[in-house]
Amino acid sequence: MSIAILSIHRGGPGEAPRRDVFEVPFEAGQSVLDGLRWVREHTDPGLAMRYACLNANACKECMMRLDGAVIYACTARLEAREMRLDPLPNKPLLRDLVTAIAPPDERPPDAA
Amino acid sequence: MAEDAELRTDVLVIGAGGAGLYAAIEAARQGAQVLLLDRSLIGRGGATVMAQMTVAVALGTEQPDDPAFHLRDTLAAGRGLCDPALARLLCEEGVEVIQEMDAWKTGWARHADGRIRQAHAPGHDRPRCVYVDFLSTGPAVSRTLRTQAQRQGGIRRMGEMLVTDLVLADGRVQGAVALDLAHGRAVRIAAGATIIATGGLTRLYRRNSASANMAGDGYALALRAGATLIDMEFVQFFPIGHLAPRLIGMDPIMWDPFRYKLGGRLLNSEREEFTDRYGAPPEGGRYVVTRDLATYAITKEVAAGRGSPAGGAWLSFEHVPEAELRANFGPVIDRLAANGIDLTKTAIEVAPIAHYHMGGIRVDTRMATDLPGLFAAGEAVGGANGANRLSGNAITEALAFGRVAGRQASALAKQEGIAWTDPRAREALALAGRAGAVRPGFNPAAMFAALQATMAEEVGAFRTATGLARAATRIAALAAELGEAPPGAPLPHDLARADWFDLRAGLLVARAVVLAATARTESRGAHQREDHPGLDAAWTSNQTVTLAGGRLALGQQPVAAAA
Ligand SMILES: Cc1cc2nc3c(=O)[nH]c(=O)nc-3n(C[C@H](O)[C@H](O)[C@H](O)COP(=O)(O)OP(=O)(O)OC[C@H]3O[C@@H](n4cnc5c(N)ncnc54)[C@H](O)[C@@H]3O)c2cc1C
Ligand code: FES
Repeated sequence: MSIAILSIHRGGPGEAPRRDVFEVPFEAGQSVLDGLRWVREHTDPGLAMRYACLNANACKECMMRLDGAVIYACTARLEAREMRLDPLPNKPLLRDLVTAIAPPDERPPDAA
Repeated sequence: MAEDAELRTDVLVIGAGGAGLYAAIEAARQGAQVLLLDRSLIGRGGATVMAQMTVAVALGTEQPDDPAFHLRDTLAAGRGLCDPALARLLCEEGVEVIQEMDAWKTGWARHADGRIRQAHAPGHDRPRCVYVDFLSTGPAVSRTLRTQAQRQGGIRRMGEMLVTDLVLADGRVQGAVALDLAHGRAVRIAAGATIIATGGLTRLYRRNSASANMAGDGYALALRAGATLIDMEFVQFFPIGHLAPRLIGMDPIMWDPFRYKLGGRLLNSEREEFTDRYGAPPEGGRYVVTRDLATYAITKEVAAGRGSPAGGAWLSFEHVPEAELRANFGPVIDRLAANGIDLTKTAIEVAPIAHYHMGGIRVDTRMATDLPGLFAAGEAVGGANGANRLSGNAITEALAFGRVAGRQASALAKQEGIAWTDPRAREALALAGRAGAVRPGFNPAAMFAALQATMAEEVGAFRTATGLARAATRIAALAAELGEAPPGAPLPHDLARADWFDLRAGLLVARAVVLAATARTESRGAHQREDHPGLDAAWTSNQTVTLAGGRLALGQQPVAAAA
């Protein structure tokens, strides 16, 4: 069985960024999001990422960087090689792969 | 020490799909201050944005039509179990909301002469479904409502807020507690009136058309607060969900619009058409078979060893000329090509997937629940569609019921004002916000997958008493494993913590479905019992589910009289 290797940015703002590397079983036709969900179900449920529609490319919540380029995790193909996943560069980091992408007036208020 | 709520509002709307957005707009239009929350981003998280095609409404732009004809078809599809007053509201108020959506520039597809186009979907007696090309109905509806909600004023919109509990005092709902996912903290929300618009439960099944946010939260919120659910055994399966080859960037229900426009042929392993063997009218290249029948036919064909290789049926458009495919679905044909699929040369495989929930929170025609201060709207509501829903009725239901709920909630909030007693919220606040004991090896994502497997295997489109009993046992085991509080300290975007709440809701709702499905010893619409085939006229009644002291109780009520 071939595998995909996901090298994922971990940590929140102010933390020294680190990377975790996960091996994921690879099947042709899978998406990067499939790989990330496999990681949560089998290895690390604490991985923070954002997605809603899974497959439909309707919610646009799964934006992140793959090898530096901005992608939708649900439409980018998983490949049998090392793939580097990082949060979006120009948005405030919340944790791991999640950034503050909501319009500013649609976010929860900062804690009083 | 009593603390004030962080957020106060006249009307709290939980869920920002079609129902929640319309409710918010209408409540604000009636003068209420509105707080619109969603666990995801506003207008992105649920089924509405994912819908692709049909919105049923008697506009009569293709042929003369009348809400009374739409009602007749809706009641027939519901197999005797619709609440006629709710169904009528859907059909009548539906016309107004779709016209208002048109004025708000949704972009319904039109003929050259300006008439809105209406497609003929199965179960309807004439062309009755408006849509936005190409497969863009949901995104267009969502965008239109989001824009309108921004323009309206008086609506505070807030995503990343997972509502975990309703807060009651003196038998009245007076707000809610939410887990602020962005910051990982609990939030108190005081509200004059609260509307549950959280959508459905189909994520409880392994194969589904759901987003990540459809684990039945609203049903669980309502149950735990003391409201009544109705028709919980009726989960609609969409017969031709995409099965193989694996596709990315496409919604699994994408083949429905293809069927509407191009017909297509549904075939078994012998490449024979087969739905007519199970009582459907002969297809003859047209799309005429209803969802419950197609689901039945495909499942039976697979069971008889005549399924496609991946365990479904073939859907073929090989006979449709390339030019016609392109004229109807140009951009989609390109996306398919990127996935290596050429429809003129290959058939694809399809199978039933969980798609919509007919059941839900019991409401009256004001969308009021049994609990003072609590309303519900959209797929969260049960009753309008009975045992089976017509294509296109769900979006109409979301918009129409949302508007009614917004109007009624606004009126109630004005009359009663805002009250808040913090002690009532204490337990819910602790659950959402407090650090629990760390539990190494605890994986709620894996547990959710186990729940989905159980529901698919034992509580799917075909049920038996023994299978349902197995499901009940497994659900109880998962609930025991879940424990009383989420483990670990809350973090920003703590999916594991969200999973814990999803499981708490999903397991309770799954129990409700199993309970109602076990009791209904007949086959009707979307509820098919292998051990009780055939409709039993004695079962022409609705079942209700309530929760008291941790135990679910089943009730029965006669179907409401015609409105
Ligand atoms: C892929 C797909 C295609 C469909 N196509 C059609 C079609 O062509 N025609 C048709 O009529 N119907 C269709 N349906 C059904 C229809 O889309 C839905 O029934 C309808 O949109 C439901 O609207 P809603 O507002 O009630 O719920 P949703 O649109 O699902 O919105 C519910 C919202 O509540 C939020 N939420 C849930 N729980 C919580 C919580 N605890 N706290 C805060 N927020 C929460 C969710 O994030 C979501 O944004 C389709 C459904 C799917 C899944
Ligand atoms: S998960 Fe919705 S667009 Fe990727």
